[in-house]
Amino acid sequence: MKKVTEGLKAVAESVALCRPDVISAYPITPQTHIVEELAQIVADGKLKCEFINVESEFSAASTVLGASAAGARAYTATSSQGLLLMMEVLYNMAGMRLPVVITDANRAVSAPINIWSDWQDAITVRDAGLIMMYAEDNQDCCDMHYQAFKIAEDPDVQLPVMVNMDGFILTHAFDPIDFPSQADVDKYLPKYKPLDFLSANNPRSFGLMGGPDRYLETRYAMAETFKSITPVILKAADDFKKMFGRYSGGMIEEYRMEDAETVLVSMGSTISDLKEAVDTMREKGKKIGVLKIRILRPYPAAEIKKALGKCKRVICVEKAISLGGPGILAAELKSAIYSNANKPEVSNFIIGLGGRDVKQEHIFELVEKAEKGVCETEFIGLDKKLVEEMDK
Amino acid sequence: MVAKRAKNILIGNPGTSLANKTGSWRVFMPVYDKTKCTACGMCAMLCPDGCIHGDKAKKYDPDYDYCKGCGVCAKVCPVKCITMKEEQK
Amino acid sequence: MTTQTAENVKLFNSGHTACAGCGLALAARLVLQATGPKVIVVNATGCLEVFTTRSPQTAWGIPWIHSLFENQAAVATGVEAALRALGRGDEARVIAWGGDGASADIGFGGISGMWERYDDVLYICYDNEAYMNTGIQRSGLTPFKGHTSTSPAGKASLGNMKQKKNIPAIAVAHGLPYVATATVGYPKDLERKVKKAMEFKGPRYLQILVPCPLGWGHATSDTISMSKLAVETGLNPIFEYVDGKLATAMTVKQKPVEEYLKPQARFKHLFRDAAGAEQIKLIQEIANSNFAKFKVEAAK
Repeated sequence: MKKVTEGLKAVAESVALCRPDVISAYPITPQTHIVEELAQIVADGKLKCEFINVESEFSAASTVLGASAAGARAYTATSSQGLLLMMEVLYNMAGMRLPVVITDANRAVSAPINIWSDWQDAITVRDAGLIMMYAEDNQDCCDMHYQAFKIAEDPDVQLPVMVNMDGFILTHAFDPIDFPSQADVDKYLPKYKPLDFLSANNPRSFGLMGGPDRYLETRYAMAETFKSITPVILKAADDFKKMFGRYSGGMIEEYRMEDAETVLVSMGSTISDLKEAVDTMREKGKKIGVLKIRILRPYPAAEIKKALGKCKRVICVEKAISLGGPGILAAELKSAIYSNANKPEVSNFIIGLGGRDVKQEHIFELVEKAEKGVCETEFIGLDKKLVEEMDK
Repeated sequence: MVAKRAKNILIGNPGTSLANKTGSWRVFMPVYDKTKCTACGMCAMLCPDGCIHGDKAKKYDPDYDYCKGCGVCAKVCPVKCITMKEEQK
Repeated sequence: MTTQTAENVKLFNSGHTACAGCGLALAARLVLQATGPKVIVVNATGCLEVFTTRSPQTAWGIPWIHSLFENQAAVATGVEAALRALGRGDEARVIAWGGDGASADIGFGGISGMWERYDDVLYICYDNEAYMNTGIQRSGLTPFKGHTSTSPAGKASLGNMKQKKNIPAIAVAHGLPYVATATVGYPKDLERKVKKAMEFKGPRYLQILVPCPLGWGHATSDTISMSKLAVETGLNPIFEYVDGKLATAMTVKQKPVEEYLKPQARFKHLFRDAAGAEQIKLIQEIANSNFAKFKVEAAK
């Protein structure tokens, strides 16, 4: 069934179709409509679920951790400061192999305080052991949620999954969204069958201390799991296509890359801007394409290496910065393509932080700059007057 | 190594601590004079390691596999039938 | 007798690595003796978690989970909600345990949130009056003038200058139906209170004073006597509040605070000079006011 829906509300409806047993809620812009909509859905009796208002995001994450440990399908949503407050719990959740699904409406982090879109919050936790998905548009985002639960709960995975959607750009955009029926979702995503869970009928202890004699092996087991998740992710998308008739998946997506000499690389809604710019540049004869990183963790190194096996130039367009360090996507990408024979130039640009609009002219500008020579963490779209003022 | 999900070694089966014989820690050990013991059960109730067992009929005995020699039992015994003696190893 | 067969596995088992004479180890066993097996315990980081669960071993014979230092309340909320959501509400009751550091300090916000939500969880604070597991640092429940490694007695200091945070009063202010204090020196009283707490639905709070021979600096055999002296001197009154009203308070024959303070190394700095003696007077005043407040003086 298709209807025009706000991104956040669409996510809420999709999550509700996944029949979570426990939802914890704490408000933070720009995700709040997710938990508000879920609250209303539960209040109207449309979803049987324990909906818990907690007193902080730290507790929001802890509550779903406990619920998942007791064998329930659990969900929460957050952004920015809230995500950073949850950070300790996320590492804990992943280490305890709990398949919680969390939506992060990607938002800039303080200071300065800013409620608008960039990637900084979620990308900060990319080491924590969560599977990280980045939605290009709202249909993609909704479809990711059904798959997220399925992937997380797979007995060979058992890891938390974070679905990322750009704050305001996607969250508050109204799009026609196709919602599957509850019956179909139930077929695609059956009831959660936990392998290990707290129970008085099987009184085991969870979260033991792992000393120097075994911590290494626990992390090794997680690393090995990450190495083997890609087929599970791809299969979840294939099964999704069989069930719902559309393909909403892949570790990466290649757009007009067949003969591309220059490839723009990015994530999330920025991909739409890049695709549009590429279409314009293609009309003018430029051989340029877009590589979308759809799944950031596990990092699709093999796929990226292959996709960038022919081009001359790679341009990473990033909405986050590792202060004092190299571009985040650029650094990871360079390690993936290090042994490629074509040895493309890799430039990276910082754009759109704190909700600064990403304009087509910015994209043309950064391509031009990269064509003149390799650029390292160069900021695009700076307000020159403001910079001058700051220089005084 | 495992491509599939490994056994979660951070989950413990109940009572597996029993494999850890903490009796090796002690310097002093409780010695019971059973003739004085009234089987009140105070020692068993108050042992921090829960390693004193018995009943009214058999009276009480510490499990020396776990007894750390703290001396609480000797102190709380109302008839003072427990003495802490330095253990000869 | 000592092999791990089904019969030998108790709710709380030997082989844990608590210090000899640990009041907390005793408390844990007594609590589970009172509750029986139909509980799920959520345990904060701290002594209890560390000495009972070094992978792959666990001393627990009931379902148990440790997450972090400050989220035991929120995790308990989640466990309890899951049981209800999954139709397993009759399977077990949920207990959240934390030390004084986890409860009074770092986990306090989470506990308040759980109480405000009125979640059906028994919160037990085991109070050994400092961050014992990390080496005896000051917490919000370290007593007035207690020496800890971060509130040490020195040439220019007489130890911890603050009073204990009054968590039972805060619990009562949250409207909890049952709030009580207890200590291991009175094991039957402790067990009675645990059983009573389990009769209520909704959030309940039990604060158990547990002597720590290492941290308090007394003989390992004195755990029980220290525990009793804390009550008999009036420094740690034990009482019950039911539906916001004082229901019981243990009456004792009052003993002077020196009897409690002298055997403990953490108070020995109070016995060296006149300044220390002044502090002992202040501590006696605290004890006296507790006696007056709870009317715990036994009939003469």
